[in-house]
Amino acid sequence: MKKPPVNEIKLVLPAIPENESVARGCISQFASKADPTVTELADIRCAVSEAVTNCVVHAYKNEKGSVYINARLYGDGRLTVRIADRGCGIPDVELAMTPLYTTDSGGERSGMGFAIMQTFCDRIKVRSTVGRGTVVFMEKRLGR
Amino acid sequence: MQTVSFAERNGELTASLHGELDHCLAVSVRRRIDDKVTEVMPGTLVLDISGITFMDSSGLGLIMGRYTYCRTLGVGFRLYGADGRAKKILEMAGLCSVIDAEDEKKGKTDEKTTRK
Repeated sequence: MKKPPVNEIKLVLPAIPENESVARGCISQFASKADPTVTELADIRCAVSEAVTNCVVHAYKNEKGSVYINARLYGDGRLTVRIADRGCGIPDVELAMTPLYTTDSGGERSGMGFAIMQTFCDRIKVRSTVGRGTVVFMEKRLGR
Repeated sequence: MQTVSFAERNGELTASLHGELDHCLAVSVRRRIDDKVTEVMPGTLVLDISGITFMDSSGLGLIMGRYTYCRTLGVGFRLYGADGRAKKILEMAGLCSVIDAEDEKKGKTDEKTTRK
């Protein structure tokens, strides 16, 4: 049977740019209890920032909406972070995750969000339904 | 503290960024940088990111966007002060070959000439 987490945090935030730093700050503070290395903490900050920015920019397209975050720490040092939105959804997740791919035509988005999440986490899963929203699940082992 | 400050010297315009270079900061400074470049029309824009404490893919987008904007105007572009983490993200996007991200030694020399 799966062991329950030793700690858990749930956040619901309005999907506004100001909350990108709030979200990564909260999760990084939460993760710091597992005694991570400086690099691991920076990885987490960056990965969370990417997922929340996706909610603000893509899921809700700068319209009103909420970001739902649930982070858990396990006894073996695993951190899991689930970041969900109820926005527009992604029609082709595989394509969206391709490095440098972006739907933005303004030349201001690098298309590297998912690639960064993949690089900075041990595992990432993305589930999305058009019109319903997207869930990003990330896992990283800390304090190695 | 100001999120972006400008300095002009020897035909170079330096835009120094401060704080955390995420989507939120990128949105607030990109227009100001572009307006300043259009107004000054320098030989080169130096984007100084030595004062930032965080960068993600939106920061990368800001750098790419300014590079493209400068190129359309015929203005040179140089990135200064990328730390190890910023460099890692730049490398992931294959940007080290596109943008003249300088090494530390060269950067230090530049700092003397572009600042008082």
